[in-house]
Amino acid sequence: MPKPEHFVAPFDENEMAEVDKVKLNEKPSNLWRDAWRSLRTRPLFYLSLAAVLVIVLMALFPTLFTHVSPTDDCQLANSNGGPAAGHPMGFTRQGCDVYARVVWGARTSLTVGVLATVISGVIGIITGALAGFYGGWVDSVLSRIGDIFFSIPYILAAVVIMTTLADYRSVWTLAFAIGGFAWASLARILRSEILRVKSGDFVMASIATGRTRFKTLLSHVLPNSMTPVIVYLTISLGGAIVAEATLSFLGVGLGPSVMSWGNDISAAQSSLRTAPMTLIWPSIFLTVTVLAFITLGELVRDALDPKARARG
Amino acid sequence: MTQESTPVTDTHEPLVSVQDLQIGFQTGNGFVQAVKGVSFDIFPGETVAIVGESGSGKSTTATGLMDLLPSNGRITGGTVMFNGKDLTKVSKSEMVGIRGREIGYVPQDPMSNLNPVWNVGFQVREAVLANGMAKNKKDADKRVVEVLKEAGLADAERRVKQYPHQFSGGMRQRVLIGIGLAADPKLLIADEPTSALDVTVQRVILDHLESLTREKDTALLLITHDLGLAAERASKVIVMYQGKIVESGPSLELLQNPQHPYTKRLIAAAPSLASQRLKSSRVEVAEAPQGDEIDLVAAAAHRHDVVEHADHAGTPAIEVKDLTKVFSIRRGSFRSEPFTAVDKVNFTVPRGTTMALVGESGSGKSTVAKMVLGLETATEGEIFVAGKDATVLTGKEMLEHRRRMQPVFQDPYGSLDPMQSIGSIIQEPLDVHKIGDRKSREQRVNEVIDEVALPRTVLSRYPNELSGGQRQRIAIARALALKPDVVILDEAVSALDVLVQAQILQLLADLQEELGLSYLFITHDLAVVRVVADDVAVMEKGKIVEHGSVESIFSNAQTEYTQKLLDAIPGANIPLGA
Repeated sequence: MPKPEHFVAPFDENEMAEVDKVKLNEKPSNLWRDAWRSLRTRPLFYLSLAAVLVIVLMALFPTLFTHVSPTDDCQLANSNGGPAAGHPMGFTRQGCDVYARVVWGARTSLTVGVLATVISGVIGIITGALAGFYGGWVDSVLSRIGDIFFSIPYILAAVVIMTTLADYRSVWTLAFAIGGFAWASLARILRSEILRVKSGDFVMASIATGRTRFKTLLSHVLPNSMTPVIVYLTISLGGAIVAEATLSFLGVGLGPSVMSWGNDISAAQSSLRTAPMTLIWPSIFLTVTVLAFITLGELVRDALDPKARARG
Repeated sequence: MTQESTPVTDTHEPLVSVQDLQIGFQTGNGFVQAVKGVSFDIFPGETVAIVGESGSGKSTTATGLMDLLPSNGRITGGTVMFNGKDLTKVSKSEMVGIRGREIGYVPQDPMSNLNPVWNVGFQVREAVLANGMAKNKKDADKRVVEVLKEAGLADAERRVKQYPHQFSGGMRQRVLIGIGLAADPKLLIADEPTSALDVTVQRVILDHLESLTREKDTALLLITHDLGLAAERASKVIVMYQGKIVESGPSLELLQNPQHPYTKRLIAAAPSLASQRLKSSRVEVAEAPQGDEIDLVAAAAHRHDVVEHADHAGTPAIEVKDLTKVFSIRRGSFRSEPFTAVDKVNFTVPRGTTMALVGESGSGKSTVAKMVLGLETATEGEIFVAGKDATVLTGKEMLEHRRRMQPVFQDPYGSLDPMQSIGSIIQEPLDVHKIGDRKSREQRVNEVIDEVALPRTVLSRYPNELSGGQRQRIAIARALALKPDVVILDEAVSALDVLVQAQILQLLADLQEELGLSYLFITHDLAVVRVVADDVAVMEKGKIVEHGSVESIFSNAQTEYTQKLLDAIPGANIPLGA
């Protein structure tokens, strides 16, 4: 084995950088600006955002979309009629304009969806956060309660509740029936995320500065655990809209006088063979809405995740 | 032995000859060249070490040799001649035959490189069978035990049935070395094989690796960030920087007579070598800095002067009396056993000085730190910070107490909240303690960011935009925001690259001088202790086994354990001459 020679690279060949020099892009960044920068490049984002905006506008100002009344302009002569001038989607069995009913139905579907999601979100976040952060008996009690709710299929529970409360059917009771039983899986997801986050050194650093444990939970642990929650909530918003439709379809949702996509789908089933479009149109709106919310949720999660945005 | 194996040592043909190797990665920001034309030879039976910081391309070079690059990486030029074949051109299936059989590999992290659901014997057998070292099951079983015995596991027959979690880190690394050597390869590539292990275990493992490779005449390519370790173990050292070789040569010559400014800089910043220089010169070092701005020896000597004048008479910054912590460890679902993690620990940190608490993993040093910080309650004993017993404080008094004492943690990636801007991270302690109004808090944040020598523009940034060293500066700035008397540094520099580590150590020394801080420095690395601390307490299994000034411990260790730790510092026995 020959003795290795002592090789020295020419000094000027590798310019020595200053040790650990601060390399920053000129533009200062913040969380939301960075998220926006990443979202801007995704065509799917514009698509789903547009769909969501249209549906929200529909729910807030249905008259922007149609001047035909979904209830007053019904003429039995038009029963199950095909598309006609000014009535692009045809008529229902009762002779009402399908397009007008779909537009007006967005409000109920969206309200129930948002309310149910808020209710399950609030219950799920509180129980999941407390169980994960404090552990011990708090965790045992809250997790067992969650398990009980988890073991009841929430559609079944909602059916039972809506049947019992048949006299008080409203958007609120429906939202409570759906949201009140859907929070357990959110609590579970958040609990495990909190368990992961709370072991981080920055949590210990915060407690060491003298911040109370509860305030540390609010200011550090919870914000860092929110990404799966955001995704879950947008998905469950879609799920709640579907649940409303399901319950209405089963006849235990809102009263038949209320306009909602679920009620329309339910009413259309009797004339499925003669006029399939009366069922298909509200279904398409339902599907597009649910898909738009879920896609938006996933995109926002990707964009908000700071770990995925690390810059060289 | 078949004819193929040619372990002829007097041949002048290199076993591996790397010529102008270039490797690049396809990333989000385009194609990035990681290795820019690297050439070196490895002769049969020779040990060669590649040294460099993270990002220098040293691991990429090693994985490139074996065609184990991640999917976005590819060799863009050069040749790797091995046994008459160019490894950059051989087919995938040919490469499979070479890997393991002719080139063995020992990965970095013994904790994650064994599959936790299979027993150890199964995993070794996999390697044995894949390399065709046994024809049937019986032969394979026999060979597995042999491999583990060679790797230094005493009761290998019993051990084969056990699972990785029943093995300590050192034992797992032995298994991985066994797997790497199972097929008697001609070349073994070891990528930071011991950086996850305690120093004493590291020493044993490296000794074993050395004797094994010598016995079998295996060439060893050692990838490491530790210049001292490289020089101690290898006959030839290659220093890489930004994808290129800046200097290579016989290890001793390279250390004693470095030519390239980068190598000089590395040597000046390596704590193990610096402490060697401190020990050998044993004078108030006044020599010109070896590299450029960073020189640990100069920094340590300067700090030593300052601390001489520190206030030893007044109330000590920290005084710990008979501190004990007993955990109850779960055994099964209902029983639990008491486990004494910290056992009657006593020490004192005089104001304005640095006390190092040294020990291997599991010695209880971090538990002491947490108790002093009030993050764990003490089972017994007293902790006086500036004369006040911290173990009995509650509510407002505790808050006041926390203000005087701030921590800096090990992991610069985990200790900063990724969702908050740097400015609000540093301001948090001021908000918690309601100090001043908004304007004065902002002003204080600007002051401390100046103190840690970072530009004010970073305040609006987020942690993910900064490097590890810069994050650690932020963590130090946060600790300083409240103007504490005591800073507890829990392995605060262990996760950093050598040069950055030296920079942070220097910063800590400067801050101590300017602000009169007292440090409790928790570390596993005695080499670092040598350059930063005034007093040392050595912990073993929850007890302080030795306690004294840095000088006395390093020159005259009383216990066998301390001596073992000292001997295990890589590069501790290299005569540096100069």
